[in-house]
Amino acid sequence: MALYLPFLRRRIGFLGMMNSTLSNFKTSVLSEKNSITTLSDFCNSFSRRFYSNKADKQFDFIHNGGDSKELNFPGGIVKFTSELKFLADVPEERIHCYRVLDDSGQLISNNFVQVDKEIAVKMYKDMVMLQTMDTIFYEAQRQGRISFYLTANGEEAINIASAAALSMDDLVFPQYREAGVLLWRGFTLQEFANQCFGNKDDNGKGRQMPIHYGSNKHNYFTVASTVATQISHAVGAAYSLKMDGRDACTITYFGDGGTSTGDFHAALNFAAVMEVPVIFFCRNNGWAISTPVSDQFRSDGIVVRGKAYGIRSIRVDGNDALAVFSAVCMARTIAIRESKPVLIEALAYRAGHHSTSDDSSKYRPIEEIEWWREAQNPVTRFREWLRGEGLWTTQAETELRDSARKEVLHAIQVAEKVEKPTVKEIFTDVYDVLPSNLRDQEKSLRETIERHSQDYPIDVPL
Amino acid sequence: MLIKILRQYQVHVVAGGGGAPTSFLYKTFRNSSSSSSSVKKMTVREALNSALDEEMSADRRVLLMGEEVGEYQGAYKVSKGLLQKHGPERVVDTPITEAGFTGIGIGAAYYGLRPVVEFMTFNFAMQAMDHIINSAAKTNYMSAANISVPIVFRGPNGAAAGVGAQHSQCYAAWYGSVPGLKVLAPYSSEDARGLLKAAIRDPGPVVFLENELLYGEAFPVSDEVVDSSFCIPIGKAKIEKQGKHVTITSFSKMVGFSLKAAEILAEDGIDAEVINLRSIRPLDRSTINGSVRKTNRLVTVEEGFPQHGVGAEICASIVEDSFDYLDAPVERIGGADVPMPYAANLERMALPQVEDIVRAAKRLI
Repeated sequence: MALYLPFLRRRIGFLGMMNSTLSNFKTSVLSEKNSITTLSDFCNSFSRRFYSNKADKQFDFIHNGGDSKELNFPGGIVKFTSELKFLADVPEERIHCYRVLDDSGQLISNNFVQVDKEIAVKMYKDMVMLQTMDTIFYEAQRQGRISFYLTANGEEAINIASAAALSMDDLVFPQYREAGVLLWRGFTLQEFANQCFGNKDDNGKGRQMPIHYGSNKHNYFTVASTVATQISHAVGAAYSLKMDGRDACTITYFGDGGTSTGDFHAALNFAAVMEVPVIFFCRNNGWAISTPVSDQFRSDGIVVRGKAYGIRSIRVDGNDALAVFSAVCMARTIAIRESKPVLIEALAYRAGHHSTSDDSSKYRPIEEIEWWREAQNPVTRFREWLRGEGLWTTQAETELRDSARKEVLHAIQVAEKVEKPTVKEIFTDVYDVLPSNLRDQEKSLRETIERHSQDYPIDVPL
Repeated sequence: MLIKILRQYQVHVVAGGGGAPTSFLYKTFRNSSSSSSSVKKMTVREALNSALDEEMSADRRVLLMGEEVGEYQGAYKVSKGLLQKHGPERVVDTPITEAGFTGIGIGAAYYGLRPVVEFMTFNFAMQAMDHIINSAAKTNYMSAANISVPIVFRGPNGAAAGVGAQHSQCYAAWYGSVPGLKVLAPYSSEDARGLLKAAIRDPGPVVFLENELLYGEAFPVSDEVVDSSFCIPIGKAKIEKQGKHVTITSFSKMVGFSLKAAEILAEDGIDAEVINLRSIRPLDRSTINGSVRKTNRLVTVEEGFPQHGVGAEICASIVEDSFDYLDAPVERIGGADVPMPYAANLERMALPQVEDIVRAAKRLI
């Protein structure tokens, strides 16, 4: 086994680290004894385990004379070998990718978590709404009506299916390409539009660039522009959940590029050591702006790194909504029941440009983009499955697309007309209470405006 | 002065190991108070330890995290006894990377906890700068108060003794320039107790700059200071010594140097007013300006680099608000504009000394 890592087994069962090699990786999350490994385990396991997670600090000093076959080292027993052999750098075979639906939306196995009919239909509707919102907001940016936008093209299943598998009590620490999670949770089109237009009804008071959404009500932590800092935050918040003994976990999303940061490493390592309920969801979409994964790392993607940190991990087909849904459902159960982190790597091509500041046709072939858009479209694939289940019709499709477009256009038209934030919002929220220097500055600003009202911009309400 | 302090410090490090953890506060407190028959004394270390202990007892959401804070009791024994008293869930030994545990502390603060993050020294917090600035300082504003960040970043700042450039820098000016942060720098045990309690109770991020050489120094404390309700308001400077001829502003260890300089100046009939800033941000401009309007002369003292330093900010404040009151140019004393050299003789020359303050004050009279 090329990527075999000699993991150290601790003495106590449930604390024991995973002992499986990557060849054990079949349908689900890499696992160990006494923990969830299969779907039937998953279905029978909803009582939360909350042991003291303090790792063993002591180890036995048992010596076997002069011919010991193993070394009792801090962290656990290591077996000796006479083979002079390095661990391989490149695997003989890449880690397999879990999927439920084939390219045309047909079930290839029954090894997945069942989705209620209503949920399945809502998932599809939200995927279409996300697509529609992305298309129209993107056009609005091109027309100069908003300054910036970023779509989730190609990652609709990742967005919606992962959101559908979570509970509203779970805390979301997004990167920036997960607006669909917020959409699923009930953030309205008007709220999205208000944020992008930075008007006075924006939940963020116009303080951030478009797409930096955030909502306490939806347990969705405000998007930060800094890449990957949210991964550490999710671990800290998971620690808070653990201390309170809550039946909830955190989930944090990040891209393949984000896994090169120190935050990614620190967060995974800390989460494993602190044993907190967090799901690390990597959207491996092949590209970090113009940097392909081949220039980003030489490991077999992201999934293999979880094992190195002592974290159960799975690779899923990000274009398969049922696979994503099943993986997140199971990961959530593991995270909460065992109070442990889980890593999911979802493979789904970034079918759009990185953002409106990017033209990806400059650095990747149009044919490649088109192939992914057509042959691996996650929305189409899920629709075909729904159709096969008798849950969707051509007429429903037409009606949905039509109404979605109208709703999004309406939201934009309303947001555009709403006044911008008032001048006082420059000063509030730096601290909980306005400090004296800002009070003075606001007073001085208002006096200046009064003296020179003819020069005052009309788009900043007093 | 420096050598004397160093000696005290070494004694305390030696005395720091072992002992019954939960009774540490009372035991050491009794020891230090028994050394003086009438006035109670407490070291800065004890002040910080007791403040942490009391705030952790008062609020279950408060936790301490960092490298070596638990089993080892803190690199400088500031967290002595806290692991045994409050348990490993709330006194968290972390893996080594400031960027990691700072980010994780901030995430915990985003959702209900009130972490105190200890840096072994603020020099190492440079690794965590992204989180302190981008994730802590700006988040309440950027999230439109959806996310508040009640967190304290604390640890020794500035020069210790003989530890070279990467352990000896003062970061007061760095943090002091960032909106969203509050930046505190205690000098005495009273400051340490009152300001740390205020920092922990504050709803936003606070950078708390301690000084390694002061940990072992004992200061007299009143009954009020040792009371568990004691707290010092953030943003108010303290006039340590009244005077009428020249104002000396300083913070942290330099307050002690300034008070010493004032004693020497008094021998020559110069009555200096010494201001302990306590708070770098917000800066108590009114106390500073009020003093300068009275004395008409100003010396600023800090260990940090002079360019864009705390002294520079104070100068600007005086130029803006009290320029007409100045009878002499402001004298600004800072560390030498070089990375800290290791050799003791050079290190001494790179740091402000009492005699530098005396000379500067005399030049103004």
